[in-house]
Amino acid sequence: MSVGTIWVLAEASNGAVASITLEMLAKARELADTVECVFGGDGDSVAAELGAHGATAVHATGDLAGALPGPSVAGAMAAAIAGGASPSAIFIGTTQTGRDVAGRLSVKLDAPVITNVTDVADDGGLVGVEPAFGGTQLVHTRFTSDKAGIFLLRPKSFEASETGGAAAAVSALTVPDLGAAGAAVVTNSFVEESVGPKLDEAGVVVSGGRGLGEQDKFEMIEQLASKLGAAPGASRAIVDAGWVPYSYQVGQTGKVVKPDVYIAAGISGATQHLVGMKGSKTIIAINKDSEAPIFGVADLGIVGDVHKVLPQLLEALAARG
Amino acid sequence: MKVAVCVKQIPDPADPGALDPSTNTLKRDTKLILDESDSYGVEMALQLVDTAGGGEVTLISMAPNNEVNGLRTALAMGADKAILVSDDALAGSDALGTAKVLAAAIARVEPDLVLAATESSDGYTGTVPEQIAELMGLPSVTFAKAIQAADGKVNVQRQTEAGYDDVTCPMPCLVSVTAGVVEPRYPSFKGIMAAKSKPVDELSIADLGIEAGAVGWAGGGQEIVAVVDAPTRDAGEIIEDEGEAFQRIVSFLEEHKVI
Ligand SMILES: Cc1cc2nc3c(=O)[nH]c(=O)nc-3n(C[C@H](O)[C@H](O)[C@H](O)COP(=O)(O)OP(=O)(O)OC[C@H]3O[C@@H](n4cnc5c(N)ncnc54)[C@H](O)[C@@H]3O)c2cc1C
Ligand SMILES: Nc1ncnc2c1ncn2[C@@H]1O[C@H](COP(=O)(O)O)[C@@H](O)[C@H]1O
Repeated sequence: MSVGTIWVLAEASNGAVASITLEMLAKARELADTVECVFGGDGDSVAAELGAHGATAVHATGDLAGALPGPSVAGAMAAAIAGGASPSAIFIGTTQTGRDVAGRLSVKLDAPVITNVTDVADDGGLVGVEPAFGGTQLVHTRFTSDKAGIFLLRPKSFEASETGGAAAAVSALTVPDLGAAGAAVVTNSFVEESVGPKLDEAGVVVSGGRGLGEQDKFEMIEQLASKLGAAPGASRAIVDAGWVPYSYQVGQTGKVVKPDVYIAAGISGATQHLVGMKGSKTIIAINKDSEAPIFGVADLGIVGDVHKVLPQLLEALAARG
Repeated sequence: MKVAVCVKQIPDPADPGALDPSTNTLKRDTKLILDESDSYGVEMALQLVDTAGGGEVTLISMAPNNEVNGLRTALAMGADKAILVSDDALAGSDALGTAKVLAAAIARVEPDLVLAATESSDGYTGTVPEQIAELMGLPSVTFAKAIQAADGKVNVQRQTEAGYDDVTCPMPCLVSVTAGVVEPRYPSFKGIMAAKSKPVDELSIADLGIEAGAVGWAGGGQEIVAVVDAPTRDAGEIIEDEGEAFQRIVSFLEEHKVI
C-alpha cells in the first residue's frame, strides 16, 4: 500500500516556521506522494517556507485570537476529515502545542497516537520507531485500523532539507464550534531571554546539573559557554530547583540538542536527560562519580570535581585569549 | 472547591523490570508506587483547596491488581479519598483507552478542577491529560508551572519553548502540571496513619459503563511489530582528574575546532 497524503502540523513563531516542522516535512516527503500542512494561524505567513520544504498545500485556520491551539486545530482537522479529507497519516511534533493537538485529535477520531517517535518506516504500512528501556531498544509499532495514523515525532530526528518548491497553496480550514472546550485564552506571553546562540541550534552546548552544588555556580557554565560561543543548558533537576529557566532544559521534557560538542558538567545522565543530547556528535562529561551513566555516552569522560576542573579550564581558555 | 487528581501507580523506576518476550509487554510483578510526577498534582490540589477555604481532593487511578500502595502515599499527603479502577480487561490499554477509563471515573466526582501530570515517568506519552479533557468536553491548560484559582476560573503560567504564557480558563477545566509547580510535602506519621482508613472506591469497567472491547489490547488500534536493539555509542576515553584533566579538554576542543 503506498502512502497517499501525509499531513504535517506546522508550527511557527514570529513568522518563522519551527525547525521541527521542517524536519517532519523532510521525512514525510520520503514516505508519501503528497505532503500537506495544517496550521493554526495565518497561512499566508508560512506558505512560502512550507512550500520550499515540499508542502504543496497549507490548510490554515487563520488567527486563533489567543485561544490555545489544541482544541481549535484538532477540531478543525477532525471536521475536515469528517468532510472527506483522507490523510493516511498525520505527523505532529512533540512540542507543547503538538501534544495538545494530538491528544484532542485522537479522541475526535477515536484513534490512537504513536508517541515519542524518532523514525518512521514504510513496511507496507507506516511503522513508528520509539526508543524504550533507557534508549537501549527500539520498539516498532504500527496502527491496526485504516484511520489516519497520528504520530508524535521527537525534534531533531530528521534533517530538514529544501526542495525549492513553490509556495504552498493556502486553503481555509474551518474551526467548528468548540463549546466549553475552547475556553482557555492566552492573555500574555513572556520570553525568557538567554544569552548567546539558541540552545537547539548551537554548535556547542555547555550544560550544568545538580553536581554544581548551588545556583551561583551556574555562572561557571555561562562563562564557559560564552568563551566557546556555546549555548548554556541544564538538567531538569536545576530547572525544577529554580536555578535557571525552563527554556534551558535539555531532555525528554525540554529541548533536544545535537551540537558538534556537548559538555555535561555535574549531570548524572538519567535516561530522560540522555534522550535530549545523545545525538550530539561528541560529548564531554565531567562527573565525580566514575559510575555515572553519563560516561556511557561520553567520548571524553573526566572523573573529577566540577569545582576544580571548570575553574582550571576557564583559566586555561582565558590565557589563550 | 472539588479537585480530582489523576495519580498513576508505577513500578519503582529504580527497578526497571523487563520485557516479557512472549507478549512484548513490560513485566510488572513488583509493588507499584506513586509516580513522582503526580506528587506535584496532589500537592497543588491540597494547596488550592486550602486557599479556597475548603473542598475535597479525590484521587483517580487506574492500575492492575487493585493496587493501592501509591494511592496510600497520596492519601497520606492529605487527599480525602480515592477512586481506583482495576479490571483484567484493562491489560494492554494505550493512552486513549486509559483516558476513557479515567474520564468516566472523574465524571463521578463532578470536580471543578482536574489535575494531572504533564507526562508520566514510565509511559511519558504526555497525551492522557488532553485526551481526558476532550472526552469530558472540558477546556484545558497543559504544562502549568504555576496555578491560581479564584472567581470560577484558573490563571495558569504555562511553559512554552521560549518562556511562559499567562493563560486564563474558566472552571470546570483540566490542568496538567510540571515538576516545577510546587514542592510536594512528605507524608507525616499522622498522615500515614490517617490514610489507612480513608475511603478507596474500587470500580470495574462495568461499573463505569465501559465495554471490554473499547479498552485493553482489543481497543488499542496499534500493535508492536518488532523490538530491536538500539545502536550503541563506542566507548569513549575516560580519565581520572589528577589536576591536569582540563588540559585534555582543551586539546579535545582544539581537535574539534571549537577553539
Ligand atoms: C517524566 C520525566 C521527565 C524528565 N525530563 C527530564 C528532562 O527533560 N531533562 C532532564 O535533564 N531530566 C529530566 N528528568 C529528570 C531526570 O530523571 C533526572 O532526575 C535529572 O536529569 C537529574 O539531573 P542531574 O543530573 O542534574 O542531577 P543528579 O541526578 O542529582 O546528578 C548530579 C550528578 O552530579 C554529580 N556530582 C555531584 N557533585 C559533583 C561535583 N562536585 N563534581 C562533579 N560531579 C558532581 C553526581 O555524581 C551526580 O552524578 C525527567 C524525569 C521524569 C520522571
Ligand atoms: N493509569 C493511570 N492512572 C491515573 N492517572 C494516569 C494514568 N495514566 C496516566 N495518568 C495521568 O496522565 C498523566 C500523563 O500520562 P502519560 O500520558 O502516560 O504521560 C500522568 O502523569 C497521570 O497524571
